[in-house]
Amino acid sequence: MGLFQRKRRNILPGFGLSMGYTVFYLSAIVIVPLSMIFFNTIPMGWEPFVHAVTAPRVLASYRLSFSTAFFAAIFDALAGLLTAWVLVRYRFPGKGLLDALVDLPFALPTAVAGICFATLYSPMGWFGQILAHWNLQIINTPTGIVIALIFIGFPFVVRTIQPVLEEVEQEIEEAAHCLGATRWQTFRKILLPHLFPALLTGVTLAFARGIGEYGSVIFIAGNLPMKTEIAPLMIMSKLDQFDYAGASAVALVLLCISFSMLLLLNAVQEWQQKEYNS
Amino acid sequence: MGIELQNITKTFGEYKAIDNLSLSIPSGDLIALLGPSGCGKTTLLRIIAGLELADSGKIILENKDTTNLPPREKNVGFVFQHYALFRRLTVFENVAFGLKVLPFRQRPARKEIRERVEHLLKLVQMDWALKRYPSQLSGGQRQRVALARALAVNPRVLLLDEPFSALDAKVRQELRRWLRKLHDEIHVTSIFVTHDQEEALELADKIVVINKGRIEQQGTPQEVYDHPANAFVYNFLGNVNVFHGRIKNGKVSLGNHHLDVPDELKNVEEKTSQTFVRPHEIGISRIRSNDNDLEGTIREVRLQGGQIGLNIECEGLDGAIEAEVPRELFINLQLAKGVQVFVTINRVRVFTGDYEI
Repeated sequence: MGLFQRKRRNILPGFGLSMGYTVFYLSAIVIVPLSMIFFNTIPMGWEPFVHAVTAPRVLASYRLSFSTAFFAAIFDALAGLLTAWVLVRYRFPGKGLLDALVDLPFALPTAVAGICFATLYSPMGWFGQILAHWNLQIINTPTGIVIALIFIGFPFVVRTIQPVLEEVEQEIEEAAHCLGATRWQTFRKILLPHLFPALLTGVTLAFARGIGEYGSVIFIAGNLPMKTEIAPLMIMSKLDQFDYAGASAVALVLLCISFSMLLLLNAVQEWQQKEYNS
Repeated sequence: MGIELQNITKTFGEYKAIDNLSLSIPSGDLIALLGPSGCGKTTLLRIIAGLELADSGKIILENKDTTNLPPREKNVGFVFQHYALFRRLTVFENVAFGLKVLPFRQRPARKEIRERVEHLLKLVQMDWALKRYPSQLSGGQRQRVALARALAVNPRVLLLDEPFSALDAKVRQELRRWLRKLHDEIHVTSIFVTHDQEEALELADKIVVINKGRIEQQGTPQEVYDHPANAFVYNFLGNVNVFHGRIKNGKVSLGNHHLDVPDELKNVEEKTSQTFVRPHEIGISRIRSNDNDLEGTIREVRLQGGQIGLNIECEGLDGAIEAEVPRELFINLQLAKGVQVFVTINRVRVFTGDYEI
């Protein structure tokens, strides 16, 4: 009896092997490299660490990084939802091309994107000239950073919503219409709740990407101390001054905040799913 | 009139789904649209609901011309084959949806909505599941919630698109009887689409048989079953044996045998014909009872609940005959595979002309 009970067999074979590989690769690719940040910081000692990460310039960079990434992700949520909607619901010439364009921010070296934005929004650039009429400046401001991050995060939202939207049965919407709902009510009360988990995933990805983004931002941000310095830039500049421990300290805090935010969003999603799929 | 359709036509490209169809349904009736798949019955239902636009024709629901109204202004209840419940809403929210989306001035108070939803869920025997989500319910339960949801808006008419076809046999039968009982209580003019003749015969006040976008026959289940208007209807309603032959001098040939034709065809001189015989209108005995009996051998025995299905190969006939006998007779006559029997054909229907199935 005891023998049978101990060896409970799983229907899906290979759990041990595949789990082993997963843990191994995750360690080799993610956990070990990231733990180096932790181990590089330790020799610093507590006081210098606190001093390094609470320096006004560093705190300002954290605030800037998280707030710009947040606003960019929110904008991406709206724009991405609309784009996914157009790509799924309508048929028009050039749809394939538009679909492919969505992925471009993934493929483009981010520095290239940064240079493009910098030229476009510089006071001489196409957009910069027009905006100058209203005394609006994009370059060297947080707004510029948000624009760059919108570009970077956009495909995440589109690509997570698209498959879910494709799956929505036509009958669901027909049922809502027959019950007297307007198109807007159908979208608000039926479709949006349905898309919400995917939307949340997309926004989380865009947000996380925005926090870590470096290449495209530094060209448009101007990197003015206390104003437009993002956290990754703080790390780079510390490295330039051979302050490895200080760079690690800043990175560690960034990592911890990012990780706990992602964890929190995952928990929200899980809680959402649990409600209707028990 | 509850529902009046005038000259409805609908084409999809070259394909004519509905062909100049007119139909009147009295208020409060429960009607079955019966036909093979692809005959246009679902299209017709969707046209009535406004989910599909007819190319021409008029739709009048409870004396109101609704031809050009969008679905949300038609005020019809629609029940889908696969329930189409809102997955992210509870059972209560699903049923309340139609009331909550009403314009502010027409929307009942919160308390009224609650009472109405609870009343409806009690009616469909789902009041215990108010807070459940659709994924937590079985197919039969989901369809009952879908029905309550459709009834919540006090629809002019109720349309059901193959409402039971996604359910297993036992639940289907239960739900069928339950729907009939429910309809007797609420009396809303209802149409349900089905390809299952048994369902139509059992449930409907009136059956409308549709084929290729046209009405073949309409009438009470009794009328349609006992007096089918043509070969298609006869063939579609229940199992049937078909024999191709000729009418000659008031007799129809069945292999080497000749049977008297029904009275209405006595005057036909000579014509190709099809003879239809239902399996339960065939008598089986071990001794010859009259000259017209066919002699045959049982080739196959099938248990069908109370009835036993027999496949009998008869002398002088091309195909085998399918017959049904009560279980008792089967036992009393000691029938089995390979036994010699005499077959009496009690009732035939003869249709002239070349009808292809």
